[in-house]
Amino acid sequence: MTLSVTLRHAFAGFALDVAFDAPPGLTALFGRSGSGKTTIVNAVAGLLRPDHARIVADGVVLADTGARLHLPPHRRRIGYVFQEGRLFPHLTVRQNLLYGRWFAPPATGPDLSHITDLLGIGALLERRPSALSGGEKARVALGRAILSNPRLLLMDEPLASLDEARKAEILPYLERLRDETRLPILYVSHSAAEVARLANTLVLIEAGRVIRAGPAAQLLSDPATASAFGLRDAGAVLTLRIEAQEGDGLTRLAGPTGPMWLPRVDAPPGTPLRVRILAQDVMLALTRPVGVSALNILPATVRQVRIGDGPGALVQLALGDALILARITRRSAETLNLTPGLAVHAVIKAVSVAPQDIGDASGD
Amino acid sequence: MTDWLTPDEWRAFALSLRVSLVATAVSLPFGIFVAYALARWQFRGRQVLNGLVHLPLVLPPVVTGYLLLLTFGRNGWAGQFLEQWFGVVLAFRWTGAALAAGVMAFPLMVSAIRLAMEAVDPKLEAAARSLGASPVWVFVTVTLPLILPGIIAGTVLAFARAMGEFGATITFVSNIPGQTQTLPSAIHVFLQIPGGDAAAFRLVIVAIVVACSALVLSEWVSRAVARRIRGT
Repeated sequence: MTLSVTLRHAFAGFALDVAFDAPPGLTALFGRSGSGKTTIVNAVAGLLRPDHARIVADGVVLADTGARLHLPPHRRRIGYVFQEGRLFPHLTVRQNLLYGRWFAPPATGPDLSHITDLLGIGALLERRPSALSGGEKARVALGRAILSNPRLLLMDEPLASLDEARKAEILPYLERLRDETRLPILYVSHSAAEVARLANTLVLIEAGRVIRAGPAAQLLSDPATASAFGLRDAGAVLTLRIEAQEGDGLTRLAGPTGPMWLPRVDAPPGTPLRVRILAQDVMLALTRPVGVSALNILPATVRQVRIGDGPGALVQLALGDALILARITRRSAETLNLTPGLAVHAVIKAVSVAPQDIGDASGD
Repeated sequence: MTDWLTPDEWRAFALSLRVSLVATAVSLPFGIFVAYALARWQFRGRQVLNGLVHLPLVLPPVVTGYLLLLTFGRNGWAGQFLEQWFGVVLAFRWTGAALAAGVMAFPLMVSAIRLAMEAVDPKLEAAARSLGASPVWVFVTVTLPLILPGIIAGTVLAFARAMGEFGATITFVSNIPGQTQTLPSAIHVFLQIPGGDAAAFRLVIVAIVVACSALVLSEWVSRAVARRIRGT
């Protein structure tokens, strides 16, 4: 199941011209507000009729302006999760969830009880949307889209209207959805943290164009694309497996080049985790430092040094097969004489990894 | 109430009820359609349609009645067409009174429904389309339930207006007792004859009671329906 999109559309003062593929898993469209992300998903949903388009989902041509084909939105079988939820106020949660079923062929798609369990909304079925919290509304909106038995899911910043606590509540459900349904998910976001936590594939959009596209782990650890996320938000993701829960509240993980410790992560040993390491939280040392408080000291090799326009520099490090980024000053890069191939030690404080930057990687 | 009103008065009241009910019921589908078109569609002639619908509100009712007579009278083009093809005659019949009442009440009905329609977020309708509903189903399952309070308000308003219709009716279908003599026409006649004050006064009370109950009922039903929709 793959989605393939080629799209050109001109607005007054703005032109969109993109082409990309979204393989199974979650593909994040990342870019600033106004870069054209929502236009892309609206065109995929059929809510917008682009000047030129060829959109193919799972082998079915949804739109092809060359062949004068434009399937109307209700024939596309696309689950669209909108930023504001858009639940029907006159229907109960159950009726909202089953709305798409009225129009789908009988007895297709996932089970209502399976989805309500997955999203933890089984107790809300008889309520009206007005009686739900923001996080509950977001989960019902997710469930409604999945239960319409779609070919693919579109999500337009489904977390943007939620506060941090609610986001943390929804993120695990999104991970489960991504890993269980095997549907391609096109996920619009302008949050680097969300993208780093959820995306398998990344499409970077700037001013209506695709500037980079590829596997998320690769793009997130590339110094050349880091500026697209904002320097403070630049950071690579590591997949780490839990080894043991230790007595003093730390969790030991199998890192790529040695053990790593993080504040307690509540999951059984063996669970793979996806951990975002912010570039600015990584320190470099030429020799293994002794007498420091930082717990995670990992042997690494310098792969690339990218000197910025300002006082900073981004260093790409290889930890075995994995890649991470370190953001240091240009002065340090010169003092340490960092060049590709140099063996160094990456130093990461255990407490610098925020809980919301630790996700489930079972589906990877 | 039959004892309290004379047979003539009762007939006028019953006729007015029938005329108003038929006028409201027949114009409701058109009212919903026109309100939808004005609220949701951008088309050439939208302003013209809007003006046409609201014309009876600003024209002297006598003028509206006369225009109806010219068009739907036995010699009017629409009147001839209806008589030839459907055997329907409107001029000087109670059906004509219903047409006049419907036309006069139409702007009120359309305005109330259109107002409710404009309050429905088109994003909800787009969400319904993405879930597989065709435009007709979107209207039936999302738009219609959400504008129900507006439809009720518009219907009751139109009914009350139809009950009170006088100028266009008397011009178009005259004032034939038992045929086209509606409640307002009867009041008018009683006021012309010496000693008719008491009969006129009884009908005035009937008119006030009907209008007030219609308004109270509409307010109550609209609120109940709106509460149900909001789910509180």
